[in-house]
Amino acid sequence: MTETTTNWLAACRVEDAVENGGVCVKYGEEQIALFYFTRRNEWYATQNECPHKKQMALSRGMIGTITDEPKVACPFHKMNFSLKTGECLSGDECAIKTYPVKIEDGTVYIAVN
Amino acid sequence: MNKLKIIIIGNGMVGYKFCEKLKSKSDSFKLIIFGEEPRRAYDRVHLSEYFNGKTAEDLSMSTASWYEEQEIDLHLNNPVVEVDRAAKTVSTSSGEVYRYDFLVFATGSSAFVPHIKGIEKEGVFVYRTIDDLDLIAGYAKNAKKASVIGGGLLGLEAAKALIDLGIEETSIIEFAPRLMPRQIDMAGSEMLKSMLADLGLQIYLNKNTSSIEGETNIGGLKFSDGSELATDILVISAGIKPRDELARKCGIDVGPRGGIIVDAEMQTNDPCIFAIGECALFEEMIYGLIAPGYEMAEVLASNLCAQSKSFKSFDMSTKLKLIGIDVASFGDPFINEPDCRTIVFENKHKGIYKRINISNDGQYLLGGILIGDATAYNMLLQTSVNQILLPADPEELILGSRGGEQVGAGIESLPDAALICSCEGVTKGGICSSIIDQGCETLDDIKKCTKAGTGCGGCMPMVKDLMLHTLKAQGKYVRNVICEHFNYSRQELYDLIHIHNLKNYDDVLNEFGQSDGCEVCKPLVSSLLASLWNEMILKKGNDTAQDSNDRFLANIQKGGSYSVVPRVPGGEITPDKLIVIGEVAKKYNLYTKITGGQRIDMFGAHLNDLPIIWEELIAAGFESGHAYGKGLRTVKSCVGSTWCRFGLHDSVSFAIRIEERYRGIRAPHKFKSAVSGCIRECAEAQSKDFGIIATEKGWNLYVCGNGGSKPQHALLLAADLDSETCIKYIDRFLMFYIRTADPLTRTATWLNKMEGGMEYLRNVVINDSLGMAEKWEAEIENLVSTYQCEWKEAVENPAIRKRFSHFVNAPEDKDPTIEFVEMRGQKKTPEWKKV
Ligand code: SRM
Ligand SMILES: Cc1cc2nc3c(=O)[nH]c(=O)nc-3n(C[C@H](O)[C@H](O)[C@H](O)COP(=O)(O)OP(=O)(O)OC[C@H]3O[C@@H](n4cnc5c(N)ncnc54)[C@H](O)[C@@H]3O)c2cc1C
Ligand code: SF4
Ligand code: FES
Repeated sequence: MTETTTNWLAACRVEDAVENGGVCVKYGEEQIALFYFTRRNEWYATQNECPHKKQMALSRGMIGTITDEPKVACPFHKMNFSLKTGECLSGDECAIKTYPVKIEDGTVYIAVN
Repeated sequence: MNKLKIIIIGNGMVGYKFCEKLKSKSDSFKLIIFGEEPRRAYDRVHLSEYFNGKTAEDLSMSTASWYEEQEIDLHLNNPVVEVDRAAKTVSTSSGEVYRYDFLVFATGSSAFVPHIKGIEKEGVFVYRTIDDLDLIAGYAKNAKKASVIGGGLLGLEAAKALIDLGIEETSIIEFAPRLMPRQIDMAGSEMLKSMLADLGLQIYLNKNTSSIEGETNIGGLKFSDGSELATDILVISAGIKPRDELARKCGIDVGPRGGIIVDAEMQTNDPCIFAIGECALFEEMIYGLIAPGYEMAEVLASNLCAQSKSFKSFDMSTKLKLIGIDVASFGDPFINEPDCRTIVFENKHKGIYKRINISNDGQYLLGGILIGDATAYNMLLQTSVNQILLPADPEELILGSRGGEQVGAGIESLPDAALICSCEGVTKGGICSSIIDQGCETLDDIKKCTKAGTGCGGCMPMVKDLMLHTLKAQGKYVRNVICEHFNYSRQELYDLIHIHNLKNYDDVLNEFGQSDGCEVCKPLVSSLLASLWNEMILKKGNDTAQDSNDRFLANIQKGGSYSVVPRVPGGEITPDKLIVIGEVAKKYNLYTKITGGQRIDMFGAHLNDLPIIWEELIAAGFESGHAYGKGLRTVKSCVGSTWCRFGLHDSVSFAIRIEERYRGIRAPHKFKSAVSGCIRECAEAQSKDFGIIATEKGWNLYVCGNGGSKPQHALLLAADLDSETCIKYIDRFLMFYIRTADPLTRTATWLNKMEGGMEYLRNVVINDSLGMAEKWEAEIENLVSTYQCEWKEAVENPAIRKRFSHFVNAPEDKDPTIEFVEMRGQKKTPEWKKV
């Protein structure tokens, strides 16, 4: 049995994140969208690339809710994705990857692999 | 306290209305009324309903206790018989004498009775008071044949009353060659005549009654052409005669053909004595209608309360329902070619006749006649009274109102096969079926089900219209609410935000919404906030509620780069500025293109580079072009009189003025304008939300045009305006649009959905029918004076500037995934990556 330890990426300071919006975090070659849903006091992280037309755009999308499910809308064609599960909420586009987020001492950490 | 005493002679409609108006304005007068009739003032206009079951009490203008409550002394059945102007007293038939400070004649008119031999015989009546009607009803019991002398408005009404009383054989005798000679023309009269004949009325035109036959009671009529007509009862309705006998007796000036002469303040030649209503002669005219009478009452009441007001000659247009037949005339119904152009519509089968008279230049409605269908009356009356400019096809004014709705403009008129979402190839039929067969009830449902609107999204407003329309047709109640977070329409929310003075998205959501918002309500609320308060849109708290393009003050392009579009007002640009654009584009490796809006777009900028690019542009005197915002885009111009040999005015200067006035103002959707220097229209102004074309005399203002996927020509709002008026109208037009349009609705669609269409819009903008003009002008003025270039603020404010970097944890790094390929010596984005 192999022990899996979570690899926490120190993404940014809380005050660098955008309230009720997203920022993009560089993780090597990858791009992660980090959302600070201030209204709900929740943090979410997803892949930054929108699967619809493969645009690095989700961090620039608008966040909100649909029947209380937190979601992000891609700025390109307004595809909606659940921030909790990554599921596509508009038709059958494929789902996006999501990452756990934690805050410690004012620093935002994203769990990568 | 000693109140001033006003004595009113006559308790008719106008006398009563005067008391009501005066009492509502002031309590400093003591009112004393003398009425000749035995009952309180009643609604004479609806007198005939007395024969249809209404009682005298039903027709009464007020309750008995009203006069008591108002402390008005009412003396009925007690006419004034003498006025002593020196002593300032009146004496009544019962012998009392009263002193007055002011005296008001409201004695009305009586029926005019011509001198015909035998007129004194039993069975001859007039039609003016409830007493007259009681007498007619009593006598009619034994009558089989009835006649009415006079084929005017009142005569026809009397004839109807006689039929209602059960006299089947009723005739109308008219001296003139047509019915209602004051209101309608020959063709209209023919139409009316045939319809009245269908109802059993005999109509005799061109008949001059020479004598009334019979012993003591009437037995028949003899005409000057020798013919005769048997009749048992006769009602005379040959016109009215103002009741000026008392005034005449006490030396008040009266007109040569009767009527108490008054000035615009309703004053007679005795400064303490006034006359109002049907007894008053103003500018040689007796107004035999109730509306001008009430206006006279208002004028006098106001002047007595020191609110200066004056009476202006009144429109004599009328609309009535005669025996179930609409008859209306307005303006100048009779003016003929060559003094005007006349359009006539006639449907003999349905009994409809419509005529409109149009000025020879096709611009104004001068008057007209409507018989059989007067639904358009109010609109036409407004159009002619207010001199509203006519549309290009004025015949639609009388033909268009067939089903009530405008023809062709609505989404309902599209065929099922019409392609609504061209990205996903979804037809109208497909969308409707998702609603009807698959039970979709929200936009999201429809999107999921049909994929419509998941491409460019440009079809969403149409999908929404279709949804609302289809749901409604299914009998489902739909409120045009914003989204699941706000149970309000855009217009409702606009007012709520305004009234509650809210300044950011979260406050609005907390106050009036629920849950946590979405990409529909956020930009909508942001746009409302911007339209209302004009604050920097990226102010903390509102930044993430902006649409993506607004949030970065630039349009995101395929691949993730941005475009840069500085404002070039009117399309005019100096060589130096062209050089700056060239240099900046070269420095930051941007693709350049002349846009369809007469300016220059620089594409392919990295997010990180936007602030520095703008800093350089601003230093050279440029400002944001708002190519990203739902607000003013461009005001195109043609070169106009400064160079063009046909130019009538300086269209470039005016375009620049317009563009600088409205720049930065946020609206439900983007809006565009253009100014052309002459009718050759090189600036294509008629395809704009508002377009301006120079004329010999000024500017023609067109509104609600659209290019885009459903092109629509703009319509003429007003002609030959001076620059100031033109701008005033645009101010009002824009504020009306900003306040009332649905989200993401261009002006053309807004107009298409507007009840009453262009006529209504014109009335609001030009005639200020909503009474909002002043407020709107002030609101625009406020927006204009608080304008600031957003990009200037963004580059100067470190907190905002910080947001223009791609990576939060590597602010210097640009997005490495952005790639460009070469084409014709410039760069472009590669095709969408394969998915
Ligand atoms: C750049 C430009 C094309 C060009 O290279 O010439 C352009 C580019 C775009 N147009 Fe346009 N339109 C441009 C002139 C026009 C014109 C011509 C004009 O203004 O005289 C029209 C038709 C006139 C009209 O609007 O009535 C036009 C009708 C549209 C429409 C359809 C609007 C409609 O009511 O149907 C859209 C879609 C929308 O706004 O929803 C649109 C949307 C767009 C968008 C914003 C699409 C998008 O969301 O990305 C494009 C953005 C490019 C960018 O990032 O800057 N563009 N677009 C032109 C910019 C003009 C400018 O200087 O600002
Ligand atoms: C059958 C009918 C239908 C009509 N239909 C319409 C219509 O559809 N639309 C429209 O706009 N108009 C219509 N009119 C006209 C409208 O009724 C009159 O314009 C309106 O009543 C005028 O009001 P007034 O107060 O000036 O006169 P009146 O209502 O006639 O009141 C004057 C009063 O003063 C009294 N009086 C006169 N002399 C003295 C005196 N010396 N002392 C005391 N009292 C005196 C009279 O008895 C009378 O009661 C109609 C009229 C009639 C008769
Ligand atoms: S017409 Fe051209 S510029 Fe306008 S939205 Fe379509 S592709 Fe883009
Ligand atoms: S690229 Fe995200 S919705 Fe199209």
